[in-house]
Amino acid sequence: MAVETTTTGEEGRTGQAGESSQSSQSSQSSQSSHASQAGRQTRDSLATVEAGLDALETTAEHEGSTLLRVLRAGYPPVLALGLILAVWQALYAAKIWPDWKLPGPHQVFTSLKDAFDNGDVWPAVGHSIGHGAVGFAASVVLGTVLGLLVGRFKPVRAGIGPILSGLQSLPSVAWVPPALMFFGPTPAMLYTVVLLGAVPSIAVGVVSGLDQVPALYLRVGRNIGARGLASVRYVLLPAALPGYLAGLRQGWAFAWRSLLAAEIIVQSADLGHSLGFLLKNAQDTNDMAGAFAAIILILTVGVGVNQLLFVPIERRVLRSRGLA
Amino acid sequence: MTATIEMEPGDKGRSARVAPAAPADPAATADDATGAAARGEFAVRLAGVTKTFRDGGAPVLDGIDLDVAPGEFVCLLGASGCGKSTLLNIAADLDKPTQGTVEVPAGRAALMFQESALFPWLTAGQNIDLALRLRGLSGRRERRAEAERLLKLVRLQDAYDKRPHQLSGGMRQRVALARSLAQDSSVLLMDEPFAALDAITRDVLHDELVRLWEATGLAVLFVTHNVREAVRLGQRVVLLSSRPGRVARQWRVDIPHPRRIEDKDVAELAVEITEHLREEISRHGR
Repeated sequence: MAVETTTTGEEGRTGQAGESSQSSQSSQSSQSSHASQAGRQTRDSLATVEAGLDALETTAEHEGSTLLRVLRAGYPPVLALGLILAVWQALYAAKIWPDWKLPGPHQVFTSLKDAFDNGDVWPAVGHSIGHGAVGFAASVVLGTVLGLLVGRFKPVRAGIGPILSGLQSLPSVAWVPPALMFFGPTPAMLYTVVLLGAVPSIAVGVVSGLDQVPALYLRVGRNIGARGLASVRYVLLPAALPGYLAGLRQGWAFAWRSLLAAEIIVQSADLGHSLGFLLKNAQDTNDMAGAFAAIILILTVGVGVNQLLFVPIERRVLRSRGLA
Repeated sequence: MTATIEMEPGDKGRSARVAPAAPADPAATADDATGAAARGEFAVRLAGVTKTFRDGGAPVLDGIDLDVAPGEFVCLLGASGCGKSTLLNIAADLDKPTQGTVEVPAGRAALMFQESALFPWLTAGQNIDLALRLRGLSGRRERRAEAERLLKLVRLQDAYDKRPHQLSGGMRQRVALARSLAQDSSVLLMDEPFAALDAITRDVLHDELVRLWEATGLAVLFVTHNVREAVRLGQRVVLLSSRPGRVARQWRVDIPHPRRIEDKDVAELAVEITEHLREEISRHGR
């Protein structure tokens, strides 16, 4: 059945193979290595060559000191901030607008300092962060579950997917009037607005995180025995984590915005003194410096939570995967 | 130093005609490749495997009969569009054949890809650990020891705590190989695993793979479009035709290991197979 043909007799064909003289030389030298006693030596040299390749192809990672990294990342924003302050001061000094329309940086600073001295700031920050944290935590739970359902089940995606993207484009401040009518000026009203603002954003983050999981990972997972729930737990969820974290970060931004919208519009004894209240109060007393001071506080909290909570987590996850 | 050329059963001439589907008796394709095959044992048996992706569309694979004997190293060779990867996916149970049957007595066959597909959220060692865990090894200490043993086997004993992105492409493929070995299957399916590597690294990994194959006695089904690679590695080279994919011809490679890609025997057989491959491709240009 098997026709045996020795090919050594067909020297002419070797020439036709188009091999360079270099490789025919090496083929002669390699023939000697076919001798069985040379086998062991070949093995040893393989280990050496391999070790050499490994050493050449991997470079030690340089991790600069944390202080240096923070300084390096920190100075451009500080520079930009300085520039903004300079322009602001220049505009103020030019006296284009009266002080009550455009206060100078020092007036805003004084107003901020007064607010701290009066003891207005910390309770307000506390209230707002407290409401934001509770609303955001609830949004994370709901958004994650909703995102998993939409991401994993086709009929759910077909039905709810478009609604989610639609909700994302609706300014959450639009929910304030109906929420106020339904719940009255209570924390439940605030949470409703926060949820409606943040849940779609988090859910969409989960869905896009799931969609970005390379199909190859799922196939490898199946091959090594991860099926069903094991596949979700060991492959799908960890693979979707970067997209999920980005969704959470955006969800926080939406939650904070929605919360402040509600706080500015609705005031009541139930809600207490919040950052939104400070801002609205400044408007009511025609205190432009106070308004700027409140905005600075709102920005600081929003950016601070992002930079101190989300950015470090995200950076750690991405770095560990070689993505940042 | 002879390369033995095995023809399709019944194909006595050296004409490059395409065998009409594969032989009726699947066992015959692996005939006397090893003693095991002669006894009718197999590590993978594909019988009459046909795959059509669209209803009524042209089949990608058409009646593939292919046996891989236990411990045999078979290279599956073909131009693009011959369904090599589809065939491997079917053998790995990641895809179902439209017709025909697949038998892998070992249970699941381990599968390796062109990309290492190591999970980037795990270290090299944890990647292997996960395969061990999913295989059913419950003892944490036992798994750690086994993962380290496997890493040592691919000569990456210091890589347990390295993340995949900290390793070179060649090292990642070796970790992927260790992960495949962790599945403890007696069958290893490889889908162009070295195609993305540079020539030097590829050459070293060829040696590494042969070394591991000889050490473990795995049956290997290695898909490639690189003729030299196929001849350098395989005991048997199976040429698939394209559109539809059929077993066109096969060769037995009796060149002893260690082989080098520059070896005269390797080159000669590669030239011969390449001629058939080109003929196979040319049919589509006419």
